Amino acid sequence: MQRIIKNGQVLDETWHLLPKDATLDGISNCDDLIVPLALWREHAHALKARDGGLGVWLEAGEEIEEIADQLDNFQVIALNFPAFTDGRHCSSAYLLRTRYGYKGEVRAIGDVLRDQLLSYQRVGFDAFALRADKDPLDALKAFEEFSEVYQASADQPQPLFRRRA
Amino acid sequence: MYVYDEYDQRIVEDRVKQFRDQTRRYLAGELSGEEFRPLRLQNGLYIQRFAPMLRVAVPYGLMSSAQVRMMAKIARDYDKGYAHISTRQNVQFNWPDLEDVPDILAELATVQMHAIQTSGNCIRNTTTDQFAGVAKDELIDPRPWCEIIRQWSTFHPEFTHLPRKFKIAVNGAVSDRAAIEVHDIGLEAVQNAAGELGFRVSVGGGLGRTPIVGSFINEFLPWQHLISYLDAILRVYNRYGRRDNKYKARIKILVKALTPEVFAERVDAEWAHLKDGPTTLTEAEVARVAAHFIDPAYAALADQDAALAQLDAEHPGFARWRQRNTFAHKRPGYVAVTLSLKPTGVAPGDVTDKQLDAIADLADRYSFGEVRNSHNQNIILADVEQAQLFTLWGELRENGFATPNVGLLTDIICCPGGDFCSLANAKSIPIAEAIQRRFDDLDYLFDIGNIDLNISGCMNACGHHHVGHIGILGVDKKGQEFYQVSLGGSAGRDASLAQILGPSFAEADMADVIDKIIKVYVEQRTDEESFLDTFRRVGVDPFKERVYAANH
Ligand code: HEM
Ligand code: SF4
Repeated sequence: MQRIIKNGQVLDETWHLLPKDATLDGISNCDDLIVPLALWREHAHALKARDGGLGVWLEAGEEIEEIADQLDNFQVIALNFPAFTDGRHCSSAYLLRTRYGYKGEVRAIGDVLRDQLLSYQRVGFDAFALRADKDPLDALKAFEEFSEVYQASADQPQPLFRRRA
Repeated sequence: MYVYDEYDQRIVEDRVKQFRDQTRRYLAGELSGEEFRPLRLQNGLYIQRFAPMLRVAVPYGLMSSAQVRMMAKIARDYDKGYAHISTRQNVQFNWPDLEDVPDILAELATVQMHAIQTSGNCIRNTTTDQFAGVAKDELIDPRPWCEIIRQWSTFHPEFTHLPRKFKIAVNGAVSDRAAIEVHDIGLEAVQNAAGELGFRVSVGGGLGRTPIVGSFINEFLPWQHLISYLDAILRVYNRYGRRDNKYKARIKILVKALTPEVFAERVDAEWAHLKDGPTTLTEAEVARVAAHFIDPAYAALADQDAALAQLDAEHPGFARWRQRNTFAHKRPGYVAVTLSLKPTGVAPGDVTDKQLDAIADLADRYSFGEVRNSHNQNIILADVEQAQLFTLWGELRENGFATPNVGLLTDIICCPGGDFCSLANAKSIPIAEAIQRRFDDLDYLFDIGNIDLNISGCMNACGHHHVGHIGILGVDKKGQEFYQVSLGGSAGRDASLAQILGPSFAEADMADVIDKIIKVYVEQRTDEESFLDTFRRVGVDPFKERVYAANH
């Protein structure tokens, strides 16, 4: 079973991430599902009517504005990093938290590696599905690496200059 | 200069530990080369032709003598005894071992230095005028603003993986010595009718494969909003900049595709959400940072015009040096002195460990213990007493810094080219040397006057060839090294890009070609007309005709 990092702890994964080309066929009523944006767009009504938990995931090129007025429907919003060098969803997560006030889980999926976790956490991610070949326990160390930051972000709305003693 | 407090120091020390562990994991095989690459790049570490190259950040080009001594020590202990001043005012080492880099960083941290974000697709070192704080034509001292930007950009979590590298330059003076219009963002200090300070903002300038002069998208951004506005620009770029093609990934391509007007609208829409939020700068913060850049303890002195004129008359060499290598100072009795790192036969911008130690010593004795690196790859002592100029000149001659060529044809900006850089199409250092040798007659050089000659070994334009009055670009033709010449570029106010003269030349012809170009200028110029003025008046044709005329 895959494990994820959530709020600084390694937990067993309970959500099912549906692939990009998923359809409604064979979806169980009770599973917790993270569905691709296209499926949500087409079948929002049916997906909402299920008993299981609902999340949605976005490709790096899909804009967070697409779902900004529907956030109440999702317990999880997963943002996919096609490569760890693609920082687009750092802006998406930041906007989700600060502009659209999303309080549920924001999860990093895809090419998620230890050395980016700290900045992902800063912009508002609170869950991380590490790339399968990486050890989540080892990755936890990333959160300890810095004890101070300069900028304001989702985790720290006050820049250091407003906090300096 | 800015002095770290415990927060700044802790961030840099945490970074040293983090990078030490990243290097360990890479060497232990826990991180692949591909995974390590952006990590090392964001720490200024390239893998080059012979060895890694480490680029040390020199925020806005300013170094204390203690920091200069540390550069000397690193050059001695970890390199082959020299360092290189880059066109982005940083210091580069060409021969460190990867295994040593964590130790080098630990040593740097003891003098408040680091290599953070000197490379990679993130916000790079912010640059400015090498005469910041002492120039007479200054509206404001840009350095506190550069430092505020440094802190904002250091490990900015949202912008560590941008589509491409990102460079910001700030100008506080009437002249533009920071080349702001060829940066991703250029900031120029301005005052509005009410006398309030703001910034005129240019975006989308840059060189490289597609050189573009930036567009001004905001004529007056009140200073309080500097950071929130930068956040807005970077967010638009991070979200909408192209990532499918690295040659089209810089912000200049996005600005061009959208048009500057539409880009500005996007930024304004984004900024509307951020304006007046917690990142709004406070008077207290600006005052805190600015307090580090107040004037040193200048003595009340008078200008030494008569005494210096007397020395000029007795020592023509001094007169020549003074004319070229000194720069007027805002305070009476003081002058800024440029140490030329461009004697013939030395790669432009190279300094040895011994020379660095000497510079630190001179800075302590003559200039309040500080130096600046210029984007022209020279070093400046900014606060020299005019009365000490003659003695200083003697010391500079002993150390090889007194070549009186600042701003002249032999003060060449030159990238490392094929001698060091694995991306090069051709060598550049030998071309610089050949031209320096050809123009070894000082009287002739002085007669030619101000001229920027910039050489790059490939399209990446590290040597700024597009904005040289004369630009030289190394090109590859069927495995042979050739050189393309362009004319009429300028990095100053109202920056312009150079026009290509025509087919490229072989290495052996380069000095002759430059010679012909200069002869055309000398023949065509009117009184007091600079090379650039003449070129702009007569156009490219007379130069083309002469250079490509059949040899008879
Ligand atoms: C030796 C290793 C070096 C490598 C591998 C390297 C690589 C590059 C690359 C790939 C670019 C093009 C980036 C783009 O257009 O997006 C570039 C541009 C540039 N580099 Fe370098 N460079 C090196 C050394 C230097 C040195 C020694 C200097 C200064 C003397 C320098 C200063 C610059 C500048 C000013 C630009 C142009 C920036 C612009 O487009 O606005 N680089 N470099
Ligand atoms: S211009 Fe090309 S050859 Fe010169 S340093 Fe830059 S990348 Fe290397």
